[in-house]
Amino acid sequence: MALVEIENLSVEFPTQGGIMRAVDGVSLKLEEGEVLGVVGESGSGKSVTMLALMGLIPFPGRVKADKLTFNGRDLLTISDKERRQLTGKDVAMIFQEPMTSLNPSFTIGFQLTETLRLHEGMDRKAARRRAIELLEQVGIPSPESRLSAFPHQLSGGMNQRVMIAMAIACNPKLLIADEPTTALDVTIQAQILDLLMTLQKERNMGLVMITHNMGVVADTAQRVMVMYAGQIMEERAATDLFASPQHPYTAALLAALPERSEGGRLATIPGVVPGLYDRPKGCLFSPRCAYATEHSRNVRPDLRPWAGGHIRCHYPLGDPNRNAEIQHDHPVGTEAAS
Amino acid sequence: MKAPVVEAKGLKQVYKIKRGLFKEPAQLQAVGGISFAIEPGKTLAVVGESGCGKSTLARMVTLIEKPTEGQLSLDGIDAVNPPANYAKDLRRMVQLVFQNPYGSLNPRKKVGTILEEPLAINTKLSGPERTERARAMMAKVGLRPEHYGRYPHMFSGGQRQRIAIARALMLSPKLVVADEPVSALDVSIQAQVLNLLADLQEEMGLAYLFISHDLGVVRHIAHDVLVMYLGHAVEQGPKEKIYARPLHPYTQALLSSTPGITGVKRKRIVLKGELPSPLNPPKGCVFSTRCPYVTERCKIERPALRELDGRKVACHYAENFLKEAA
Repeated sequence: MALVEIENLSVEFPTQGGIMRAVDGVSLKLEEGEVLGVVGESGSGKSVTMLALMGLIPFPGRVKADKLTFNGRDLLTISDKERRQLTGKDVAMIFQEPMTSLNPSFTIGFQLTETLRLHEGMDRKAARRRAIELLEQVGIPSPESRLSAFPHQLSGGMNQRVMIAMAIACNPKLLIADEPTTALDVTIQAQILDLLMTLQKERNMGLVMITHNMGVVADTAQRVMVMYAGQIMEERAATDLFASPQHPYTAALLAALPERSEGGRLATIPGVVPGLYDRPKGCLFSPRCAYATEHSRNVRPDLRPWAGGHIRCHYPLGDPNRNAEIQHDHPVGTEAAS
Repeated sequence: MKAPVVEAKGLKQVYKIKRGLFKEPAQLQAVGGISFAIEPGKTLAVVGESGCGKSTLARMVTLIEKPTEGQLSLDGIDAVNPPANYAKDLRRMVQLVFQNPYGSLNPRKKVGTILEEPLAINTKLSGPERTERARAMMAKVGLRPEHYGRYPHMFSGGQRQRIAIARALMLSPKLVVADEPVSALDVSIQAQVLNLLADLQEEMGLAYLFISHDLGVVRHIAHDVLVMYLGHAVEQGPKEKIYARPLHPYTQALLSSTPGITGVKRKRIVLKGELPSPLNPPKGCVFSTRCPYVTERCKIERPALRELDGRKVACHYAENFLKEAA
């Protein structure tokens, strides 16, 4: 049985201009001990997908899904009380900015032991001992004295470690890390990634790594899901995806990375992510795609199995017949290029 | 060789920190003796972790702060103690592009007003002339004419950064100091802005002081690299040399920590600990508290920046790394 099963998940927010669909028909499965990378530009719905799984979508957002289970439990019908027992214990999340997601008015020790006392029913002494152990595990020097420190007295890297310690405090089966290293310096980023991967292996956790940094994903994930405007565009094994991207969007993203360029000009993707009002009828990427045709402008492609994973494109890059198909469907230039 | 646009020799910045009414103020050395020169059309990238003094260096070069010690000249003119009547001209020569385009543009002003403001303050151009210049600059950075009357909130991050770049170029500066100009942007937008910066450099012969912690971006845009640690230059030289064969252990660690997407999983050198407090820097080599190859000598004697293999490096054992790599 898969640890997480999501089928056809949609998250909608009613706005003044109509219904904004932040996540649109996302399906995914995550096995125990698997590391999944979720990449995409800002506004692609990667964080919202995971917040929906955690049950953290605020009113008036609406979550719809055919199936949303964690470890066999249905998360759509779960009561608030049960949800609270699950969140923070079996499913934990590390947020992007450690400085703002820790409570500034309580000490590190208080925030750490709170989780332990609530979920594990530990008494004060046991929780304190365990908190020290956890801080040691995440590599914080002299943990005993740090327990009485407030978040503002620690650096960003230290605070992120505290966040990780809190997240792993109750041995979660699934850990969701939302941009865990974005706010940090490269040397600290390397430390945190190493730490996360060691913990993941030790405890055989399922780990979802949300990031827009392709390098971080390439270093850690086994499987990668590329999201664009709320939809999954490509989802394949990490090594395959980086070696031979199949979706034009994935290929364009990779080509835009300075690391991959051989000097000279960088490849760019013209235009911007579609918003609420200019959502295309066909493929969501078609206004920016170099290979768009009349057909892809009008018919939205489905997510279909392809090259050991899934892809949402009429003309995958690895398809031997794609040139003929594109010619047949009349290619259109990208006027968004201006 | 062209005459450098900016030349710095032994730039130092020391802040005094109050510790209480009766205590002597503490000395915080934010930048401890940095020297560099940038020629027109070239880019010097400054890399390092937060707290290493990158931004203080930028503040000195942009004449926001006077260095405590050292010399700085812009276009051959002394900028620390400028000759009479030159102070204002010097400031026009250096312009800044900030990291966050959401914070650096006044939300109450229209794009046109933002772009014309530097001209209104610094030149004697008439209103229509200013408008004409602003429109020309907008075309240059890839903004459409109808954007002239819009407010910053109507633009995406990439376009805002274009506005910020246009504003910086309004007074035809010789040097542009860019403080993490692309780190707040998405990958695809980042590529557009980097291309724009490269095009403008070629067209206008601009010199860039490019501050970044993204080594991938630096590799792409820089000609020279200056690696800073705790206010000191640890390695400095042409990009090709440094990326091909980093000789300082800190540079090596930085390069290996940057997650790569080349497919090959490299061995990462993971540094222990964090940047020491600049109030209480290590006595010997600044990097000695985190260096994997540290010896007794490193803890006592601070290595000087010296020439080796076409670049400058501050490490006692740089020769060993050079031999190893060969």
